[in-house]
Amino acid sequence: MESRKITVTVNGQAHTRDVETRMTLADFLRHDLGMTGTHVGCEHGVCGACTILLDGRTARSCLTLAVQTDGHAIDTIEGMAPNPKDKTAPMHPLQEAFRDNHALQCGFCTPGMLTTIIELLRDNPEPSADEVRIAISGNLCRCTGYQTIVAATLDAAKRLKAEGRKP
Amino acid sequence: MKPPPFSYHDPRTVAEAVSLLSTLENPKLLAGGQSLMPMLNMRFVLPDHVIDLGKIDGLAYIREAPSKEGGNALEIGAMTRQRDIEFSELIAAKHPLLREGILNVGHRQTRNRGTIGGSLCHLDPAAEQVLVCLASDAIVTAAGPNGERAIPFREFPLAYMTPNLEPDEMLIGIKIPLWPAGHGYSFLEFARRHGDFAVVSVAALLDVDAGGIIKRAAVALGGVAAVPLRMDAVEARLVGQKASEELFRDAAEICRAIDAVADVHATVEYRQHLAAVLTRRALVQALAKVKR
Ligand code: FES
Ligand code: FES
Repeated sequence: MESRKITVTVNGQAHTRDVETRMTLADFLRHDLGMTGTHVGCEHGVCGACTILLDGRTARSCLTLAVQTDGHAIDTIEGMAPNPKDKTAPMHPLQEAFRDNHALQCGFCTPGMLTTIIELLRDNPEPSADEVRIAISGNLCRCTGYQTIVAATLDAAKRLKAEGRKP
Repeated sequence: MKPPPFSYHDPRTVAEAVSLLSTLENPKLLAGGQSLMPMLNMRFVLPDHVIDLGKIDGLAYIREAPSKEGGNALEIGAMTRQRDIEFSELIAAKHPLLREGILNVGHRQTRNRGTIGGSLCHLDPAAEQVLVCLASDAIVTAAGPNGERAIPFREFPLAYMTPNLEPDEMLIGIKIPLWPAGHGYSFLEFARRHGDFAVVSVAALLDVDAGGIIKRAAVALGGVAAVPLRMDAVEARLVGQKASEELFRDAAEICRAIDAVADVHATVEYRQHLAAVLTRRALVQALAKVKR
C-alpha cells in the first residue's frame, strides 16, 4: 500500500508520520494520533460529526485525505478548552454554554457542532437563531432536537461579548 | 467505508497534471473532494491513480476582465473554492445570481473545500453552480495535451453526469459574460432540507428597458431531467413583451411539458409542477430586483 511522510500541525503541535495515501484525515487523527475527539458518523460527508478546522476553516475530515493536509494546520476539539488536562479549569465559553444549556446528550455530534459553531462565531459574533440553524444544518444530532444547541450558541455569543473575548 | 488503495499524485502545474492524466491508467482528478471523496469512501469509484489538483498554483482566482465577445466577463479559476465565491464582493456586485446559487450549495464545511470546477465536472443535474453557468452562457476552458479549448456551457453537459471533456482533458477556468448593471436575477430551489440536493431548481436573469419591455431573459432548470435544461421556449415567450405577472405565469406554464424524470424524491408530474411554479416565482423576483 502506498504511503507518504507528512507533517501536520494539530492544535499547535507538529506531528510527522508515514501515512497511507488513501487514509482520511479523520482516521489519521483518530488512529495515528490517538485523538478520538473527532467522531466519525457516516464517512461520506453527511453527518458533520467529523468536522475539524483546516487552516482555520471548517472541513469534514472524512472528505479530506491526510496527505492533502501535509504542511497545514488542523484544530480539533482537543484544542478547544484552554486547559484540557485540568478537569476543574473552565472550558471554552462555548463548551460552558453547551453544558449549561443541555446542548448535548450522548455527545456524539458535539465535537462537530462545536468546531462548526466556532467558525460561525468568528465570522459572525452575534448570529440570529436562524443563522445558527443554517450554520448547523450540515450537522446531524439524533438526541437534542437542536433547540438547546441553538440556545447554547446564542448564550455563548453573549458570554463572549460580555467577556470581550474572541471565539 | 474507506477509500480503496490508489497511487497519489500532486502535480504543481497544469501541464504536469495533463501529462499524468494522459499517461496513467484509470486516473481520477481530485479538486475539492466534496463529491469524489464520498464516492471513494463508498467505493463507487475505484481509480488506480488520484491526481490532486490542490497544489497547482494559479487555478484559484476571481477577476473581471474585458471579454472578446464585447463587454466584461467574470473569470473564475477552476480550483476557486465555493466559499471564496460566496464571500467575493466582485461577484456579489457583478453577478449576484452566482452568489445566490452558491448559498444553496451544501454547507459551510463543504463550501470551504468544494471548488466550482469540481462541481461543474461532477455535473450533478441538480447542482447549483452548473445551473448558474448554464443560465449565464458561461464559457469553460479545458486544457489537454494539444493545448486549451473553449467550450460554451450549453455544449458542456453531454449526458447524465458526463461533461464534454476528453479523458485527458481537465477544466481550468470559467468565463461568465456579465449582464448589464441593474439586471434582475433570481435563484430558487425546492429541497427537502437546507443544503440537500434540489428536487427542482431554477436560475433566472432578466434585462428590462425603461418602458418595462423585456430585452433579454435567461431561464435554466436543474433537477428536472438528466442534464440541466436551458428553457429557450420560455425565454422566447418573454423577450419583446412587457413584463407582467400574467406574462410570467403564461411563460412558466411551458415548463409543464418538460420531459421530467421520476425518482424516490418526486414524480414526473410533481417535478413539472415545481418547474412551472418556481419559474414563475423566479421571474417575479428577478423583475423586482431590476434596478433602472
Ligand atoms: S463522518 Fe464525516 S460527515 Fe459524517
Ligand atoms: S447529543 Fe447525541 S447526537 Fe447530538
